[in-house]
Amino acid sequence: MLRRTLLASAAATAMLGGLAHADGHAPVKVGFVYVGPIGDGGWTYEHDKGRLAVEAEFGDAVETVFVESVPEGPDAERVMTQMALEGADLIFTTSFGYMDPTINVAANFPDVAFEHATGYKQADNVSVYSARFYEGRAVQGHIAGQITESNVIGYIASFPIPEVIRGINSAYIHAKEVNPDVEFKIIWAYTWFDPAKEAEAANVLIEQGADVILQHTDSTAPQAAAAAANDAGATVYTFGQASDMGEFAPMPRVSSIIDDWAPYYIARTQAVMDGTWESTSTWDGIGAGMVGIGEISDAIPAEVKASAEDMVARLASGEYHAFTGPINKQDGSVWLAEGETASDYGDDGLAGLNFYVEGLTAEVPQ
Amino acid sequence: MFGSIDPLLLLASLMVAATPILLAAIGELVVERAGVLNLGVEGMMISGSVLGFVAAIATGNAWIGFLVAALGGAGMALVFGILTQFFLSNQVATGLALTLFGLGLASLLGQGYLGVKAPSFPDWHIPILGDIPVIGPIIFQHDPMVYVGLGIVGGVWWFLNKTRAGLVLRAVGENHEAAHALGYHVVRTRLLAIMFGGACAGLGGAYLSIVRVPTYADGLTAGAGWIALAIVVFASWKPGRLLLGAYLFGGVTVLQLNLQAAGVAIPVEYLSMSPYIATILVLVIMSAGGAPGSLGKTFHASR
Repeated sequence: MLRRTLLASAAATAMLGGLAHADGHAPVKVGFVYVGPIGDGGWTYEHDKGRLAVEAEFGDAVETVFVESVPEGPDAERVMTQMALEGADLIFTTSFGYMDPTINVAANFPDVAFEHATGYKQADNVSVYSARFYEGRAVQGHIAGQITESNVIGYIASFPIPEVIRGINSAYIHAKEVNPDVEFKIIWAYTWFDPAKEAEAANVLIEQGADVILQHTDSTAPQAAAAAANDAGATVYTFGQASDMGEFAPMPRVSSIIDDWAPYYIARTQAVMDGTWESTSTWDGIGAGMVGIGEISDAIPAEVKASAEDMVARLASGEYHAFTGPINKQDGSVWLAEGETASDYGDDGLAGLNFYVEGLTAEVPQ
Repeated sequence: MFGSIDPLLLLASLMVAATPILLAAIGELVVERAGVLNLGVEGMMISGSVLGFVAAIATGNAWIGFLVAALGGAGMALVFGILTQFFLSNQVATGLALTLFGLGLASLLGQGYLGVKAPSFPDWHIPILGDIPVIGPIIFQHDPMVYVGLGIVGGVWWFLNKTRAGLVLRAVGENHEAAHALGYHVVRTRLLAIMFGGACAGLGGAYLSIVRVPTYADGLTAGAGWIALAIVVFASWKPGRLLLGAYLFGGVTVLQLNLQAAGVAIPVEYLSMSPYIATILVLVIMSAGGAPGSLGKTFHASR
């Protein structure tokens, strides 16, 4: 249904666009490819807020189109190609799995600017951008380690890619720092968005003794599952993922990682308008405002809240790096020496991180 | 190695995990025993999930949600029934269209309800039976819909095997021309069966959005309707085996998540595919009976 609307509106705008070009006031057309529905309440919801911010900022000077729930695969190439053919000047592809499709399609459209989120492959007309979510995970681990009674923390992971593994490591390191007895139970859902499966995973983790659930999937289902468990007498804490998920505050959701893409999307659209756009690699964290920490609720002790807020401030100022040695790899070999911080790229760099740190008992699926 | 898995909780959550598929499948079983193949189960399920959820939010009462979901599912099935029984449209194509229509309709109706939490639907701790050690927590401490599902399966078994109306329904499914010649209302019987199937699918969908998740999101059913259809075939159209198939599928689904969380060293990919493989294997090995003779065939009294 949505694709048909898109086609119809595209046909109309193609005609209008042709006319507009003639008098030199063509609106810049910006396309967005989403992996989930805009109503997921998490990842895609925040990207779409960024799109709406672009519209609000530039008004008639910009026109945006989007396609939601695009599978990560050949379908994505088709959708991107369609957008480029319809005259999009700038296309944001907002999921890791769009990396190769974006590179492939971009090669066919050298005059269109592409922006791929969370990947690592750049080209002359493909920028990459991501947020340092692991800074937010550090804060979550710091809180989780202190509020857990059972010392079991559940983690609903999506796919074994560097972004997700960074998050697990960061959360674990900071939970362990404040609570040496903490244990992580990890479930790989192999999906970004499947509410029934996410809820089931949350229930299983709760049954196995976890009283804090971290999620790296996009729906609010784990929050709802934890809320239902709390209604039945349990005490389970969760953290909002990608979006504030504030409708589940103050319990079970005690804080959240909020992705704020709006400033970046506005800046990149401006660059296309000015003709100054060039391929860049952006990786911003709490300091630059791309990663926000949702309000820490009063359901947790005041001193935990205070120390978490202190950590947010130190991460934001750059005074503290979330991966600061000594940290060993899972096999016991040294990853980071005393005082050393992880580099972004290169061997064992954060961008390609594919191993767990020492203390995690599970194995990374290959 | 399996230390953190509590077998009692595992068996208990098996019943909950199986219930949506069980409800949808038992409805489709009756439809197919009447000789109609309705591939729209997924569409009716997701429509039921959103309609039930909206009604439950609006009234604050989960039971009204289930009622509305059943009515909505039956309503959608009636559209299918009118198209296939009166206008003699192709059942396969119409069923697929119903699925696509249902997915779109649910997405539209659900727009304003994303991220909202369903009203609570507490477990039902059955007195005396619920206090039995071991068996009590596994079987007798669930939410009421689990028992409604079991009741429907038992009722369908009794109806098909022990009642005259059930015999008529089976006759219509096995040979609609013979049933017609004997003076039975083929179209009326089938319409009623189709609506029953729709109501059950709607209940199954609403169980997902009101109890199991419990929230609504686009694509909530994620293929559960197709699994229900497959289970009907593998169960050789018998209610008892259908129960086994649904519990097996639900059980292995829950088990694989439990094994992952317990950190068992089996590659995750194998665990993820295990529910499908286990269900197919067991039911194929067991299956003996054939499909109803008139399954999927169009009936008109003039022929």
